[in-house]
Parts: sequence; structure tokens; C-alpha cells
Amino acid sequence: MSITISQLKRGQSATIKDFDVDSVPLKLLEMGCLPGNTVRMMQSAPFQDPIYLNINDTHLAIRRETAQKIIVDLHG
Amino acid sequence: MVNSINVALIGNPNTGKTSLFNRLTGLNQKVGNYPGITVEKKEGICKLDRGLKAHILDLPGTYSLNSSSLDESVVIETLLNKNDKDYPDVAVVVADVENLKRNLLLFTQIKDLQIPTILAVNMADRMDRKAIFLDIELLEKELKTKVVLISSRKNQGIDDLKKAIINFKNYSVEACVDVTSIDKPYFDRFKKTYPDQLIYKLWLVITQDVNFGKIDDQRDLEKVKTKSFEIKSKTELKKMQHRETVLRYQFINNTLNKVLKIDVAKAKDLRSRLDRILIHKVWGYLIFFSILLLIFQAIYDWSGVPMDFIDESFASLSAWVNSILPSGPFTSLLAEGVIPGLGGIVIFIPQIAFLFLFIAILEESGYMSRVVFLMDHIMKKFGLSGKSVVPLVSGTACAIPAVMATRNIEDWKERLITILVVPFTTCSARLPVYLIIVALVIPEGTIAGGFLSYQALTLMGLYLLGFGTAIFSAWVLNKVLPIKRKAFFVMEMPAYKIPLFKNVVITVVEKTKSFVFGAGKIILAISVILWALASYGPGNEFSNAEQIVTEQYANQSLTEEELEQKINSHKLEYSFIGYIGKAIEPAVRPLGYDWKIGIAIVSSFAAREVFVGTLATIYSVQGGEEDEATIKERMAAEQNPILGGPVFNFASGISLLLFYAFAMQCMSTLAIVKRETNGWKWPAVQFVGMTIIAYVAALGAYQILD
Repeated sequence: MSITISQLKRGQSATIKDFDVDSVPLKLLEMGCLPGNTVRMMQSAPFQDPIYLNINDTHLAIRRETAQKIIVDLHG
Repeated sequence: MVNSINVALIGNPNTGKTSLFNRLTGLNQKVGNYPGITVEKKEGICKLDRGLKAHILDLPGTYSLNSSSLDESVVIETLLNKNDKDYPDVAVVVADVENLKRNLLLFTQIKDLQIPTILAVNMADRMDRKAIFLDIELLEKELKTKVVLISSRKNQGIDDLKKAIINFKNYSVEACVDVTSIDKPYFDRFKKTYPDQLIYKLWLVITQDVNFGKIDDQRDLEKVKTKSFEIKSKTELKKMQHRETVLRYQFINNTLNKVLKIDVAKAKDLRSRLDRILIHKVWGYLIFFSILLLIFQAIYDWSGVPMDFIDESFASLSAWVNSILPSGPFTSLLAEGVIPGLGGIVIFIPQIAFLFLFIAILEESGYMSRVVFLMDHIMKKFGLSGKSVVPLVSGTACAIPAVMATRNIEDWKERLITILVVPFTTCSARLPVYLIIVALVIPEGTIAGGFLSYQALTLMGLYLLGFGTAIFSAWVLNKVLPIKRKAFFVMEMPAYKIPLFKNVVITVVEKTKSFVFGAGKIILAISVILWALASYGPGNEFSNAEQIVTEQYANQSLTEEELEQKINSHKLEYSFIGYIGKAIEPAVRPLGYDWKIGIAIVSSFAAREVFVGTLATIYSVQGGEEDEATIKERMAAEQNPILGGPVFNFASGISLLLFYAFAMQCMSTLAIVKRETNGWKWPAVQFVGMTIIAYVAALGAYQILD
């Protein structure tokens, strides 16, 4: 099932499929946000934004508006 | 003869690179700036062997060679320029063992530049606990270089690393990844035009928005840059960078699949347990504000003892100098110009050290990132980024590093707004002014069982006022600035660490030192100038002051002491500074100040902390040689000749506090803002806007309260 990172619930994992190159900064790619890598939703900040992810073993935070541009396949 | 080699330390942020630097160099290091820019340059010396020492350069932390900030540009400029005196003989890439995959990205880029590169895998002491197994020999074979396991926190493997550095000539400089495979025809054209150049280097020159002014074969490279852009558009280049990153990760994943084993069945770690509390929607904010409160209490209350001691010591030093040296202009300059001026800066060392101590601990522990995470949503509403919290908090130390700390904010509009509003936060240079005035006009006394004093609460209020004004101006700027927001935000959430005592101490010592010496020079110069202006004057009224005053009060029975004070005041009034002050007075009188405060305000436009030193010098000249009072006693004793009563009363005190809270009185900050925004437009906006707000607020406060 394809959804965006923004739709992941706490504790859920997914595989990154695709994203819009222009709306995702290069720095995020360099930190491991690439097709094929695993992403896990750790926690949302209060007010649901930003979100705290584990991508490719790196813990990082991004805003929801970026997360909505990254398409993933939910595990399980 | 001792030979020296250049070693560059490179690594991602939060890999313990600075701890390693401190381990290798100890206190044998110096912190300066890269020429022409304000990026901090940390260098040190490490003895490797008999007859061989290493000159170690700690490059700013970066995730890759694709620079997105000035700090990162420094890294690539240093590594591309073979003629640079800092060009490394060998690079040491520091990687976190728990994050090897991401850390190796930077490693492959450095290695591809044909620089001998050693991989130092840090935090190796955690491997057992985290059930990580790493096949070093195989990793060395795959990466074609030396790999060393170290723990900079536990001081393990440092000698192995030194040995590896000594052998730097033995390591292969073969590339990890062939970048040309991402677009063969494009790179083939390169090869034909520049057969002698390293292709990856050319590729970096093309894609990076970096100043290559000082690079070797500069003309060639500039040509590469202009020519290549005709061929590829920016979007195409970005897509190629994207492919390059994918390619590098393929190499890394293949490598790590062979050499790295992690037992995933590990228990829930400290991180998730702490995160559950520290970024909780209620506890998270409560903890953050409690920490802030603790910091203010420490700055105000706990540093009182050493400050009183310093204040009294300088007052008696002045008196002592006066008593042992023959009187004359030199003694007077020393006792009434230099010593009180210096006292005005030394006295604030305890507080500044406390502030830097807390900031260093928050940064080192990994807590600061949680604050950023917690605050991003709120800050976004005001046109700021969560990352603006770090500049706003470190702005309480000094606006200069705070403006520089905005560099990691991805979005230009958010970054510009942060730069513009940071000077509203209460920097340590305001602290001297606040402290002395709060002590003079706010009553002593405590609430909450004696733990919180009124004065500490006032101080906290001033910090909140600064912060509130910053936020409010950000909101206004966000509405009026016609710049589009992209709202990119990427931040690593580092693992929690107990701050290393050594790192914290080095930070506190270095920062306090640079504050004291940086500000000290200005203050010393201004003190001397002020002393001269206050000790000499034009015309009869000054040179014959003694006679004039004696005649004026001839029929009143004044004691000798009172008479001398009258003479000194008269002299000061007709000195050069007196004339200048009188010229300013009409502008500052509606705010409740006399001409002496006017002078102090004008000289504070060089730097705010000059205020106290200026008043100290003026009052000290006025007090004459026998006076042994502290700065505070002198200010409390000062009477307003026109309105009567003390000069520093509640109304004028509050008015001064507000003026200092809002006014842009720091030339160094303006210079940094000019540099960071590439022009005088924004610093000019800042200066004019803030000064108007300050004047209006001070005027309003005085007129209402008086």
C-alpha cells in the first residue's frame, strides 16, 4: 500500500519508494532518505509537526509538508 | 629539526570530532577565524613521534561536500586548494559507529579527491552494548585505506590513530566511486577539455556555490564553471547530484553488508525513554522553561559573590595605585581611566562564564536538538524555524555567534528574519547595564520561600521582554517581507550524551576569553579617550575651576572635601566631554537622563558593555584621587542637579533598561549582519528600526512613571 511518510503512525515502518526531487532538499537525501531505504515513524512533536523519523538508522526531524512529498510502501 | 604534517579532521556533526580534536591537541589549540569570513577556525598541534608533529585542523562538521552553508564551504575550499597552507597531507574522517552508513557518504567524497584518508570509527566503546560487530580488515580492503577504532570519550585507540597518521604515505588514494558513470558523455567532454584535472574535483567546482578565488589553476576552473552551466541547467545538475548520492549509497550498502553486523534484538535504549519525557507535549515545555529559569537564577544570584569581590578589588586597586605612584597625568590615567574601565569588564566574567557553561552543556548533551524539535511548529507561525531557537538562546550570550548560528537554517526567509530579530535577545553585553541598574532601582527582597529574588525576577522579565520582542518583530517581518518561503527543515536528532567535562571547560574558557579580550580592547581604548576628554577642557572655566568655585562658595562654610567635589564637578562640566554631553542632553532629557548618561549611551554604540565602564570613568574622574567607592556606590550617590534626587531612580532606571533592551548598539553585530546578508541594506534596517523602538519605549516609560 502506497502512502506518504506523513501518514505513518507512531512505530510504523515503511520503505521509501519515490519523491519529488524539487521539494526534497539534497541534505535529506544525503542523510539517507533514498528509494529502497527504510523509514520508521518515531514520534510527532506537540501540534503534530515536525515529525521525528528514523531513516536508514539516522534519527532526524523533518516538517510534515516535506514528509507529504515522500511516497513509501508500508511494511506488513 | 621537527617535521610537521597537516592533518584535517573531517566528519558529520555529532560524531565526537571535537572531543577527538581536544584529545589530540589538549589545550595546545587556538581558535581564530578563516580569513575574510567569520567561520571559526580551530587548529592545534599534536606530537606524533620523536621528530614529527601534526598540525591539526578541525574543519566544521558537515554531512557532505555538497555545501549548503558557509561553514561547509570552508571544508570544500580547504580540500580543493592544493596551494592552501592548510591543505592536508592526510585527512582523518571521524565516523560514529552507530551511524556508519551515513558517515561513510562524506568519507567516499573525501577519498575521491585523492587525499590520503584514514577512517576513524568513533564511539567504539559502545559496540558491545549495542551488539555491533565490524570486520575491520575487510572494511580496510573495501575502502582501500586504514581504519582505526577509537573512543574519544574513553580515550581509547588514540595512539593507534597517531600511528596511522604517521604512515599516511602508505595509503592508496584510489577513488571509491566513479562519478563519471552517472552521465558518461557529459564527463567525457570534460576529460577531453581538461585531461590533467581530477574529474570529481571539476564536478564539485561546477555544482558548488563556493568562492574559489584562491584555488590553484584558478582560471581554468572558473572557465569550467561558466562553460558547464551552458550545457546543464540547475535542475539537471541537481538530478545528477541526486544520482551521485544514490551511487555512493550503493557502494556503502554493498560494503557494509559484508563487514557490519548489528544484533537488532537490543533492548529499548536511553534515547526513546528520554525522548518520551523531554519532547512530551506538557513535560517537554515545562522542563525547557525550568532550565531557562535555573540559568537566570545562576547568572543573577550565584555569581553575586565573585562579582562583589572583583568590584571591590578594582576599587582598592585604583586607590592603591594612587597611593604609591606620584600624582600626575599618568597616575590619573591609570587610576581613573584604565583601571575603572577594565573593572567594568572583568566584573562580568562570572556571569558570562555561567551562561556559556549552560549553553555548552545543553549543546553537548544533545538536548538542544529536542528544544528545536519542540519549538519548530510554534516558531514557524512567526516566520521562524525551530532552528531559530539555537540562535535566540545563544543570542543571550552574544548576537555575533548567534547570527552565525543561523547558517544551518535552510530557508532564506526564515534565516533572514532570525538574523534581523536576534539582536533583541538579551546578550551578555546588556547584562552589565541591566545588573547595575536593576541593583540600583529594584528593591531587594524575595518571594517563593526566599528562592527567587525580585531582582532575579526583573532580570528574567527583561530576558522575556527581549525574547518576546524578537518573536513579535519576526511575526511582523514575516507579514511584510515579500520573500517566498520554501520551508525546508532537516535536523539530526543526536543520541543523548553526558557532556564531557573537558569539552565543556574548553568551550567556556575559550568563549569567555574571546569575549573579554574582544570587548576588553574596545573598552580600554574608549576608557582612555573618555578619561582624556574628561580630564582636559578648553577655556577659562576649566583651567581656573578651582578659583571660580572657591569664590562662588566663599560665603558658605563647606568642608574641604565638599569643596573639592564641587571643583571636580565644575571641571567635568566644562571639560571636552562636558561640552559634548551638553550637546546631547536635549535628546536624552525627555527620557530622564542627564548628560553623563547621554555620553555613556553614545559611547555604547561601539558596544553596550561600555556603558558601565564609561560611567565608572566619568564618576571616577569626578570623585578625585582619594575616592575609594565602587562603581555601584558612585552611581547610587549621583544626584540630578536640575530635578534633584538621585539620577538613577525608578523612572529613569526603567527607561534606561528599556532603551538598552531595544536599541541596536553593537557595531560588531552590524558588521556580521552585513557579511551574512551580503550588503548594508539589512543592517541599516536593523539599526534604524531598533533605535527608533528603543527611543519611543524609553520616552513612554519615563513620561508615564515619572
